[in-house]
Amino acid sequence: MKKPTLIAITLIMGLIIQLSQAVAGDVTSLRGNHNLDQASKNPVVKHWQEDQKPILREFVHQPPLIPHTVEKYKITMNHNKCLSCHSWSNYGESGATKISLTHFSDRDGNDLANVSARRYFCNQCHVPQANAQPLVENTFKPAGIIRR
Amino acid sequence: MSSEKNNFISCMWEIMKKPSTHYSLGALLIIGFVAGIIFWGGFNTAMEATNTEEFCISCHEMENNVYAEYKDTIHYSNPSGVRATCPDCHVPKQWHHKVIRKIKASNELFHKVLGTVDTPEKFEAKRLKLARSVWSTMKSTDSRECRNCHDFKSMDYVKQGRRAVSSHTKGFDKGKTCIDCHKGIAHSLPAMYEEDPSAAMAAE
Repeated sequence: MKKPTLIAITLIMGLIIQLSQAVAGDVTSLRGNHNLDQASKNPVVKHWQEDQKPILREFVHQPPLIPHTVEKYKITMNHNKCLSCHSWSNYGESGATKISLTHFSDRDGNDLANVSARRYFCNQCHVPQANAQPLVENTFKPAGIIRR
Repeated sequence: MSSEKNNFISCMWEIMKKPSTHYSLGALLIIGFVAGIIFWGGFNTAMEATNTEEFCISCHEMENNVYAEYKDTIHYSNPSGVRATCPDCHVPKQWHHKVIRKIKASNELFHKVLGTVDTPEKFEAKRLKLARSVWSTMKSTDSRECRNCHDFKSMDYVKQGRRAVSSHTKGFDKGKTCIDCHKGIAHSLPAMYEEDPSAAMAAE
């Protein structure tokens, strides 16, 4: 190989390494621009929204949002704190929204006398609200059928 | 043997009946007074020692079931850092009520020895019975232990939540007491109690 070619290749290689280092420097990790040996910023604690009137739906099949905090509410095999107000035996006294009848049928379409096992875990669909901003911007608009 | 014992008792009784001939009245009074303080103080100290969370959860029945459940509730951890421990809710503050409760607790020691609730399964099977017993006690005392801290006369209804203020005013007008609504606030309720209280109660 000729000497000038060798020098040219070396120069180009050096340039590529320089460039790739510059590009790598622009990438920010999800935990922010921190050196590994530094502690990252404390996350801001989100506060659950206080007790409020029922929240309107944004689309037709939306599971209604929970308009109160559900902190320390437990849902286990033997316990379901939500049902202490929302079950059909309790909603009258508590004044809470009763569970929809759609929750009484099992996956084979049989109507049951009480909440079906597949609808037992309320917080799989129904969620409380916090003062959190959307992580990704979006252009969502409520369905036209829902009057505001 | 029994006649000897009877002899000893009657002999002691004769001595106790007689006026003291050797010791001055003053010495007897002072010794009696000091001994009284020591015994009474000792009795109270021993009783207070059984009135701590540490003592309660020295039994695994308490530590693994009700204490573990309580650790997840507002009475264990809350914004202001005021904690209510086992005796705050389960042992009366007033002395004579406290002594009565302590005497009743001997039944709990008896069942500890019997191992009535020594597994989680046994505990769960007895939960409704145990819960009902505590509920009926609280009902009969007008939730006295709750009211050591929570007095409805001291409540600022304006500062309460929408649901709380309406339930509280309605409840107090009807003469309800704390435990009528606030069941299962520090420990798990009997199975399926939340879904249908009457059905869960009938399971007993």
